[in-house]
Amino acid sequence: MKVLMVGGGKTLYFLCRNFTAKGYDVVIINRDKDECVHLVRQLPATVVCGDGSDLIILQEAGVMDADVVLAITPNDQDNLVICQLAGLQFGVPRSLALANDPDNAEVFEKLGVAAFSTTRIVSSLIEQRASLEQITNLLPVGEGRVNLTEIVLDNASPVIGKLLRDVDLPENSLIAVVIRNGEPIIPRGFSQLLAGDRVLLVTLPENHGPVLRALTGERT
Amino acid sequence: MPIKARKMRSSRYIVIVGCGRLGSLLATELSRKGHSVVVIDRDDSAFDGLSQEFSGFKVEGDATQITVLKEAKVDKADAFIATTHEDNVNLMVAQVARRVFNVPHVLARVFDPRREGAYAQLGIETVCPTSVAGEMFLEAVGRSTAAGEGTES
Repeated sequence: MKVLMVGGGKTLYFLCRNFTAKGYDVVIINRDKDECVHLVRQLPATVVCGDGSDLIILQEAGVMDADVVLAITPNDQDNLVICQLAGLQFGVPRSLALANDPDNAEVFEKLGVAAFSTTRIVSSLIEQRASLEQITNLLPVGEGRVNLTEIVLDNASPVIGKLLRDVDLPENSLIAVVIRNGEPIIPRGFSQLLAGDRVLLVTLPENHGPVLRALTGERT
Repeated sequence: MPIKARKMRSSRYIVIVGCGRLGSLLATELSRKGHSVVVIDRDDSAFDGLSQEFSGFKVEGDATQITVLKEAKVDKADAFIATTHEDNVNLMVAQVARRVFNVPHVLARVFDPRREGAYAQLGIETVCPTSVAGEMFLEAVGRSTAAGEGTES
């Protein structure tokens, strides 16, 4: 796979290091001469110095053979134009633009360019982390081979309203106790799960994450 | 570039992005002609270039942020002109005005003739000062050499 990346900074550097480690063929376009020199020394990638929204520079970077173009400069206007030129002028099948202003993610999609917002991704990660405070790792038992975890099911949980037997849990896990309005219930297959239930889980370290995901949604 | 009068209203609502030499000239002229004009520039001091005759509004902000375009009420605009010195800014805000805010008449200044060509297919009306000046120079040079040849013979 050939990836053309336009931009600079640490994000580009580490992404590029990742891609080249996977054996991808990476070409970088960067405006700054000094940074280009540094990138060439550090990475097994081809580096072209210039404006990534200039058709000649794109051509020089071999954009027509690229499978994907990634535009991650700090300027939204440049990212948009780079991706549009790659698609319109050179027929690059896929391109992805960084929307520095999160609002521009939708704007870019409307203009036919796939986009992502780091701000959105990071803020949702932080919110997830905060929302996972509903999870209290109670105690590891059996020399750490088993976890007992208590979580509270909120409205976003995909298991709300389901009967226990219809909940698809990974093997070797168990919903041991449901505490509803302060009353503990040892649930059976026909027991229903409701929002606000405190659930005591038995999991193994290997399936702990998947079990939590199954109960809280795709948030972990 | 003939500006088609879509609605024969005497006053139109026109948003101009960039208050440099071209932007301030257009803003002043259009305002003088009785249009209601809003100029956007990310640098407050750029508005100093507007003449006394300008009676429109000024919005300080980066037009590549949709919140700034909303503040300038681009959704109400009859015409939108992007005149910043950055081609990509002009191309982006022009597309946003056209495709997101449905402004009927959108114009963008694009210095790079190659980039201008690429955007012709996207339905954005562009003015390329480089090509325009180039043609005028070539024509002038052509005339003078033709005249020169004429006197020689």
